Amino acid sequence: MGTLSLSNVTKTFGKVEVIKGVDLTVDDGEFCVFVGPSGCGKSTLLRMIAGLEDVTSGDVRLDGDRINDLAPAKREIAMVFQTYALYPHLSVRDNMGLGLKQLGTPKAQITAAVEKAATMLALEPLMDRRPSEMSGGQRQRVAIGRAIVRTPKLFLFDEPLSNLDAALRVATRIEIARLHRELDATMIYVTHDQVEAMTLADKIVVLRAGLVEQVGRPMDLYNDPDNTFVAGFIGSPQMNFLKSASLGLSSDTLGIRPEHVAISASQGDIEGRVSHLEKLGGETLTYVRTEAHGLLTVRQFGEHDHQVDGTVWLTPDQARAFHFDADGQRLRR
Amino acid sequence: MNSARHSVFRSVAAHGILILYTVIALFPVFVIVINSFKSRRAIFNEPLALPTPETFDLIGYQTVLKQGDFFQYFLNSMTVTVGSLFFVLMFGAMAAFALSEYRFRGNLLMGLYLALGIMIPIRLGTVAILQIMVASGLVNTLTALVLVYTAQGLPLAIFILSEFMRSVSDDLKNAGRIDGLSEYKIFFRLVLPLVRPALATVAVFTMIPIWNDLWFPLILAPSEETKTITLGSQVFIGQFVTNWNAVLAALGLAIVPVLVLYLIFSRQLIRGITAGAVK
Repeated sequence: MGTLSLSNVTKTFGKVEVIKGVDLTVDDGEFCVFVGPSGCGKSTLLRMIAGLEDVTSGDVRLDGDRINDLAPAKREIAMVFQTYALYPHLSVRDNMGLGLKQLGTPKAQITAAVEKAATMLALEPLMDRRPSEMSGGQRQRVAIGRAIVRTPKLFLFDEPLSNLDAALRVATRIEIARLHRELDATMIYVTHDQVEAMTLADKIVVLRAGLVEQVGRPMDLYNDPDNTFVAGFIGSPQMNFLKSASLGLSSDTLGIRPEHVAISASQGDIEGRVSHLEKLGGETLTYVRTEAHGLLTVRQFGEHDHQVDGTVWLTPDQARAFHFDADGQRLRR
Repeated sequence: MNSARHSVFRSVAAHGILILYTVIALFPVFVIVINSFKSRRAIFNEPLALPTPETFDLIGYQTVLKQGDFFQYFLNSMTVTVGSLFFVLMFGAMAAFALSEYRFRGNLLMGLYLALGIMIPIRLGTVAILQIMVASGLVNTLTALVLVYTAQGLPLAIFILSEFMRSVSDDLKNAGRIDGLSEYKIFFRLVLPLVRPALATVAVFTMIPIWNDLWFPLILAPSEETKTITLGSQVFIGQFVTNWNAVLAALGLAIVPVLVLYLIFSRQLIRGITAGAVK
């Protein structure tokens, strides 16, 4: 069990309002990801759920019980931190068992729980090492193991992959997804990396400046964004934003994903010059500088060649375009 | 680029300056030690000469060990220094933790108020301190000295330690909170071991002035039972005649314990200084 609900939760530091009223429900067994640019309040919100920050107003409920004033250790949650935060003076075994020991769990039970988590994460050969004797990836696996041992109602991840290198990040990401399936637990995951958000989440919460911009399944956000912020934040490379007026349209801004723009050397709607070309093998990204719309990105699958500084013509696929008003809100037909 | 960094001239110059400084700093100590092993006549004839078989004399040490209760003085100095050090480190670290870890009204003001003591010498309050000690019947006790030195050492300790405590990872402390460690356990088990180099730095900076102090022992605890080593050495300095052999021998002996304490802390101290500089 582990259903979290936030109702009108706010947080102020002195006079600064960091979280400006968030309503959210995370269902039992759901993998929920908070994304947003740095400073949007996503980590603060997570720390409020953990009990590491006080809630200024509003309710935090776990399985219906109000947990606003409960100490972190009493909330039946576990947290994995960006900097691993393993206890430097304890072995892996003791690091993983400390939480249960503090709760007064019998020794045999702790050993069993630690062994089980270690098997799940293939940590057995490391059990007697100190954190300083392990690599970053191993440390983060231990930190995840420490969270599993407590069998919490709710797992909280605070940018757990940010300190790992690219290859480890992918491997650990897959591991976390596998754990979520095996444990069937409720997880909340904070990241600024939209690829992590897209690949892991059942539900993405996009935050900006302390407010929820949109909540939904990854593909819903990708295919049906509510505003320019979500449209620009989800998807990589970023969506192109064109000025509608110069295309003879009634909306203020036209959003078009890079893969929905056709590029041609001879004809099209928008004239521009190729400013840079990125060949990634599987796809080719062409950056085109245009007079009316600034720098636009075109994504083509496979290998393509365009002359840098050469003139090209771009044509957005109107059927796949999104229209926004002057405030950046989506205009739905 | 590479040659600039490893230029012979630069390295010679750097070492030259460091060696010069070391010589200047060690010279008085050297003079004290060599002269403490010489006869009175030799001290005045050639103060800078090393003791030779003719001038070698242990009269100073003999006088010191015979006259006065030097072992007691040592013990007093040790008790006061170690006692004050313990309280400075403990209360200093606790205050620093509170200032760096918790958000509360007046946090900044409190920090400034505690740091003010670095700039205002405690000796300005000597008269008031003496009045307090007389009123509370603590005159001529080691407790009086420990209290005064604790107050004297706290500002710098809090200032240095709170800076270091800010550098201890928040995630680690939060992980402890989620695992159900109390704030005291977080402080003693997680934070203190990580700021050990800073504790050693503070210990050295606190210890030396206490050990060397003459002012407060003279005013607050001049009785025979509570004399410290620096005060005890003064019996050989008279208004008309000074027993230089004994004074030098007493000072020579007084260096030893503080040297031992320093050696204990110095390994940590060096780590504290190089922390951040070398990764």
